[in-house]
Amino acid sequence: MKPVKHLTRRKLITAGAAAVAGAAGLAAADKIARRYGLIPPDCGGVYGPGETLTYAAQRLLTTHSLAREFSRDMISKSPFANAVAPPNDLFKQHQANGFRDWKLSVDGLVAHPASFSLSDIRSLGIHSQITEVACEEGWSYIAEWIGTPLKHVLNEVGVSPQARYIVYFSIEKPIWESIDMADALHPQTFLTLGMNDGDLPVGFGGPLRLRIPRQLGYKSVKYVTHLTVTDSLKSFGQGLGSASPEYGYSWYAGI
Amino acid sequence: MTHWITVIAFLALLLSGIEIIISHPRFYWGETGNVMMKPLFTIHIPASRDTVPTGYGYVMPDQNGWSRYLHFQAAWVAVLTGLVYGLASLWNGHFRKDIAPAPGDRNLRAFRHVIARYLHRAPANPDGSHGYNVVQRIAYLAVIFVLFPLIIWTGLAMSPAFDSAVPLAVIALGGRQSARTLHFFVSGALVLFLIVHVVMVTLSGFRSRMSAMIIGHADAPGHEVPGPEVPGPIPSPAFKSQEPA
Repeated sequence: MKPVKHLTRRKLITAGAAAVAGAAGLAAADKIARRYGLIPPDCGGVYGPGETLTYAAQRLLTTHSLAREFSRDMISKSPFANAVAPPNDLFKQHQANGFRDWKLSVDGLVAHPASFSLSDIRSLGIHSQITEVACEEGWSYIAEWIGTPLKHVLNEVGVSPQARYIVYFSIEKPIWESIDMADALHPQTFLTLGMNDGDLPVGFGGPLRLRIPRQLGYKSVKYVTHLTVTDSLKSFGQGLGSASPEYGYSWYAGI
Repeated sequence: MTHWITVIAFLALLLSGIEIIISHPRFYWGETGNVMMKPLFTIHIPASRDTVPTGYGYVMPDQNGWSRYLHFQAAWVAVLTGLVYGLASLWNGHFRKDIAPAPGDRNLRAFRHVIARYLHRAPANPDGSHGYNVVQRIAYLAVIFVLFPLIIWTGLAMSPAFDSAVPLAVIALGGRQSARTLHFFVSGALVLFLIVHVVMVTLSGFRSRMSAMIIGHADAPGHEVPGPEVPGPIPSPAFKSQEPA
């Protein structure tokens, strides 16, 4: 029979010192994390600690990493897009017009707020990538995405050094998202106009979808009409970073 | 302590994992898979998305938001706890002394011997010792050093951001959908271990095992435990004289 362990004075002092060191360590970690932008906007609530650990760890690991690109023969023969709600009247007007008057307005912490037509965006240089769309539900497909890196548009408007996030809005009102500058300036973050050598079909977000290939599908918002550059997400919606956390989904979707 | 934190984290992972599967109860092999493609297999349950053809006429409520938050938070708890357990076990020799099979037991004969004792419902440890026998040790080795690393790997391989940093994590598994399917099977193996583990604990005396874990010794009714060292009554001559001669 083992003796029952007693709490000795030495153990009490050791535990106390460890607790103080732990608390000081946490406070220091919190300060560093805030300074380097490693705290997600939906960090409150019971799932805040896990969410912060995931975002901080992945941000440190993936700042410059590129999403996997595939060969042309890997492109899915049968891509699948989640149905969206029936388009609103404004969208239908644009669609009837062949999206000729579709505009992307860019404002916020920029030197020259501006509005871009689809051909303006195209004129900034067309690139393509063959990447996978993965849905949080579990399914996925690979397609070729054709468009202009968001960075090119941001260079046109002159982003302020204080900028920390890009908030983007769909013509379908309740849908809006945001990304940090690491994703906004990432070379694979595309304002996407085409898919698999054709125009981007409406079901897949045409005429304009912001593709974020290192995050799950729901961050790649369809029918984008408006971008705002900001240093804080507090004043947008409920201040949780995007519409997703308001529906119970995490703001960061890299996992 | 690490054991019970792991139990809570595991149950949270299991519950949230099941909820996430309900949104797409189809599994594929390779890189891609969706409802337009042929699945490897399907779990015949209703789904929480109307886009998944299940044959059921109704759609379950969407629980993916909190399930995903909970899954990753519990994964952090499990991984950090596992790290503490692993480092402590290396430090105090728990792996070497209690988990690695004893030198004389590293053969099939010792393994078969223990299995035979289980099948005959004889005590697996005839000498009455409380150490793990070779079958238990191999089961724990498999869980700690094969299933836990595999579940973490296959889980991380489903993260598009992690894969951008470590592409080999998903390529080596044969693609994103293969990783998802393997994650499902490894969870199944862990659940199987959990069931056998709980049945074994119950058969070997639930109360005795629990008190062994919680207070450090098997101090339950029905088990021989040395009593407190209180001096007994001193035999007196008067006492003795009452005995029949």
